[in-house]
Amino acid sequence: MNKVVKDAKEAIIGMSDGCTIMLGGFGLCGIPENTINALFDADIQNITCISNNAGVDDWGLGRLLRKHQLKRIIASYVGENKEFERQLLEGELEVDLIPQGTLAERIRAGGAGIPAFFVPAGYGTEVQEGKEVREFNGKMHLMEMGLTADYALVKAWKGDTHGNLIYRATANNFNNMMAAAGKITIAEVEELVPFGELDPNYIHTPGVYVQRIFKGVDYEKRIEFLTTSD
Amino acid sequence: MALDKNGIAKRIAQELEDGYYVNLGIGIPTLVANFIPEGIEVTLQSENGLLGIGPFPKKAEADPDLINAGKQTVTALPGSAFFDSAESFAMIRGGHIDLTVLGAFEVAENGDISSWKIPGKMVKGMGGAMDLVAAAKNIIVATTHTDRNGKSKLIKKCTLPLTGVGCVKKIVTDMAVVEVTPQGFKLVERAPGVSVEEIKNATEGALIVEGDIPEMNLS
Repeated sequence: MNKVVKDAKEAIIGMSDGCTIMLGGFGLCGIPENTINALFDADIQNITCISNNAGVDDWGLGRLLRKHQLKRIIASYVGENKEFERQLLEGELEVDLIPQGTLAERIRAGGAGIPAFFVPAGYGTEVQEGKEVREFNGKMHLMEMGLTADYALVKAWKGDTHGNLIYRATANNFNNMMAAAGKITIAEVEELVPFGELDPNYIHTPGVYVQRIFKGVDYEKRIEFLTTSD
Repeated sequence: MALDKNGIAKRIAQELEDGYYVNLGIGIPTLVANFIPEGIEVTLQSENGLLGIGPFPKKAEADPDLINAGKQTVTALPGSAFFDSAESFAMIRGGHIDLTVLGAFEVAENGDISSWKIPGKMVKGMGGAMDLVAAAKNIIVATTHTDRNGKSKLIKKCTLPLTGVGCVKKIVTDMAVVEVTPQGFKLVERAPGVSVEEIKNATEGALIVEGDIPEMNLS
């Protein structure tokens, strides 16, 4: 069950134009830096992206965006990226904006084999358009569909050769659910250890969800808003 | 005199109760954390996966893996917990968060709120705001009473795309504390030195004023 590949370049073998990918991360926190850069280098086109955010102008998904590699984005918050806002307002990019909790649950449901479910978020707003509405316990809800992707690209702190993953602090965010929602899940980790070394009590993502894993290099871990008390 | 941002945050902090789990939005709401009254314990939730937000870090201790929902570096207090985004919104959707404080472009007499999109001009996305307003038990809006051009933000009917319907319970502005009742906006407190007349003039929606309206006590 050794799932280790050499690097990001080897990890993305088979990814082709027009594929749908999920990318973990919240802002720039916990994004799969190595794999995104490999997609940039491989120049894969017409990608549909499912990601909470769209990176910043010159980092993360923002790199693919500037190179016009993205056809469509499904996200919840895309501020702090001028090129994104420009492409969206000028109609160069298809964008589905989804409430963050609904996005998270759609991904969780997709990975868990749940095709649809009901949530209150978005009732009475433009998010409701085209959706089934039902009342439960006196409150209105929208039907939302589970989401899956051809590939899920996740970033973890530690991982083992079987694909078990542990995240650090708030760098978990969307990574954990996305790992289960990718037909092929590629995990990049800061520390890669032999299986058996991670304490099973602390695994966030069981290895069953991960198909390829590699040790990432040269992590920049950019901070979007450095805010300090001194 | 109308309150500054910190004044608004200070007034909202008076709404906190011991044991509350609270989600604070970006902007003025974040400042509420600086005014939590002494002697009560409040746990702050950040929807990117942290329960127990601590103060901003010292520069040398800033950690790129530890941010709040505004993507600012933060710290985690002893006894805090990290979790994924689905878990985070399960807390929110499941009604486990006692209070949500967020900003707004517009609030309507019926409690509708617009806060995420100005068509043709600005599209940042709703982030977690729609999930929060649809689910939290209590929602307070923190905002200036009017926008930069002097146009009222407390209006009859929202003109911008909605974030949620009939969900806002209370609005704390630089001029007043206003409750959203089944009958509409009800003035409950004035900022120090601000008259009822001034508040009425700055409120586009109908404003219910009953009896003497006390000044906020911010001491």
